[in-house]
Amino acid sequence: MAETGMKDEALSDVVASDASTTAEVEAVLDAPVERGEPILQVRNLVKHFPLTQGVLFKKQVGAVKAVDGVSFDLYQGETLGIVGESGCGKSTVAKLLMTLETATSGEVFYKGQDITKLSGRALKAVRRNIQMVFQDPYTSLNPRMTVGDIIGEPFDIHPEVAPKGDRRRRVQELLDVVGLNPEYINRYPHQFSGGQRQRIGIARGLALNPEIIICDEPVSALDVSVQAQVINLMEKLQDEFNLSYVFIAHDLSIVRHISDRVGVMYLGKLAEIGTDAEIYDHPTHPYTQALLSAVPVPDPEAREGRERIILTGDVPSPANPPSGCRFRTRCWKAQDKCAEEVPVLAVPEVFAGRSTLAAHESACHFAEEKDVVHAA
Amino acid sequence: MPELNDTATARATATVSPAGTGDVTPEKPKKETSNSLWSNAWRDLRRRPVFIVSAVIILLLLAISAFPGWFTDADPKPGDLTHFLQKPNFSHIGDADWFGYDAQGRSIYARVIYGARASIIVGVVTTAIVTVLGMLIGMIAGYFGGWVDAVLSRLTDIFSGVPILLGSLVILQAFTGRTAWTVSAAIGVLGWTQITRVMRGAVITVKQADYVQAARALGAGSGRILMKHVLPNSLAPVIVVATISLGMYISLEATLSYLGIGIQNGISWGGDISDGSEQIRNALHVLLFPAGFLSVTVLAFIMLGDAVRDALDPKLR
Repeated sequence: MAETGMKDEALSDVVASDASTTAEVEAVLDAPVERGEPILQVRNLVKHFPLTQGVLFKKQVGAVKAVDGVSFDLYQGETLGIVGESGCGKSTVAKLLMTLETATSGEVFYKGQDITKLSGRALKAVRRNIQMVFQDPYTSLNPRMTVGDIIGEPFDIHPEVAPKGDRRRRVQELLDVVGLNPEYINRYPHQFSGGQRQRIGIARGLALNPEIIICDEPVSALDVSVQAQVINLMEKLQDEFNLSYVFIAHDLSIVRHISDRVGVMYLGKLAEIGTDAEIYDHPTHPYTQALLSAVPVPDPEAREGRERIILTGDVPSPANPPSGCRFRTRCWKAQDKCAEEVPVLAVPEVFAGRSTLAAHESACHFAEEKDVVHAA
Repeated sequence: MPELNDTATARATATVSPAGTGDVTPEKPKKETSNSLWSNAWRDLRRRPVFIVSAVIILLLLAISAFPGWFTDADPKPGDLTHFLQKPNFSHIGDADWFGYDAQGRSIYARVIYGARASIIVGVVTTAIVTVLGMLIGMIAGYFGGWVDAVLSRLTDIFSGVPILLGSLVILQAFTGRTAWTVSAAIGVLGWTQITRVMRGAVITVKQADYVQAARALGAGSGRILMKHVLPNSLAPVIVVATISLGMYISLEATLSYLGIGIQNGISWGGDISDGSEQIRNALHVLLFPAGFLSVTVLAFIMLGDAVRDALDPKLR
């Protein structure tokens, strides 16, 4: 896979087609993207939340570097999983992709348009194509709106999608698509279980017929038995509507199940990114290896034989991250170089040109393969 | 009820026949008529006994204030000292001596009826001013945050530092010919801070909810988010505070009248309560009737507020 080359080409395209007027933007956004082509390109995305002091006259005393230089591509029709522990910036990435937060710097190219710079009608057009499924189905639905109003709200905001008389039927179709009884249209969210509520959230996300759905831990608030149902529904919908997913989660097995490619985040940066086989069976970044060694193994014999990597210390504060490699304070391989040089997310030199699954992008100076999951 | 069922069946046939789906239950189309929060709440309210009782009391009070002549032939103004502190005669329903006479020999029944207008105007109008101002300022401060919030919150602090009684005294000083409307305006201008704070807090909680984020992700503008998501979900505490303070404003008007700076040449429950409190040991009835009417009014509005609040919460329906 000549991924890096392809990325550069696409990026030069991006700069060339810098449409400025709303009409041009809308024309660009309507153009279809072929399967396997990058649909979303994230470049050096940075989000710093200022830390302020004072009541009336606030002065900035620092910044929480929630996301600090994240780059990746999302290809049409694929699922990109993003994993990492709490507070590593996963959800902030989701909000930045949705432009719910303003990026401090960096770009998010959707079909060549930098959506972080858009506003007004052009941004509204983008929102039609990028939708989100939220983590907590108990707070993501307005308790005072009926299911029909919740799923129909996208049509109120984008009236061009469905004519007024058609909306009720469309909402009932959507309920049917996500496996709910279309007659539930006049019920309120509190009359549903967690899994059913998440289905309502998915139906709302699907209403505008988007191309990309950002899923911010869509199943972590659900029971394990319901998680599988919702995940299977999402896979079915992906095939049916030709969707691309950015799937954010902290459950490694669910991410492996649904994802085509996986990115591992640590303290606001991507540590490693590759296909699921590359990440799960041939991890080269020590953080990924440590993370994978913590996955529960159901087979007791295999469990006894495998090596557990137990990290010491806590995750450093994102307001004051360590110099060089962010993982060095907890890494067993850390050397002086790690404190001085920030490792680049690229195919490590040791694997460059070799046709092994370990040859994928990994931000480590001392990347080496270690099969943690299958170690016996 | 009969006409409701008629429209329901009419709609049922209209919706079922073209769709042709067999399993549409007959009660479904009735709900279909409209299913917004407000229409569902109204449908629910009409069935609540608490709402019906409070609505009847409030309508009766409104009728009394609008047309006091319908309820009594007696004149509330001239006193006849032959009736000095005469005890009530409960068998003479609707007559001048029904509730007895006060220290100046005036019919208490007539005064209660004619005093309703001023008291209800002060209570309702002040509450309306305070609620509208408070909700507007609280919503803007809470939703937009930043410097807007800083400015509006400091303004709220300044206004809440002024004691309402003292402040309205100073304001009313400037008016000659004070009516219930002037008194309402004076109290309203100073009284909005409490609801502002309650509203601001509620809005800050609601605006962080995921469903507001979801609406923004769909491309909803601030107006839509405020009206559809933030307002309905932050209304409950405001309704409670507003209905409770309604009674407070009626008694505040009483205090102002007692101090001689309230409504001029007018009759109000508040004024009669302060008159009656002087006779509390020898003629309790002079105090009891205007105070009782005030209590029932306040109770009716609090019950109404409670019923509305519950009806607006789908979980409590």
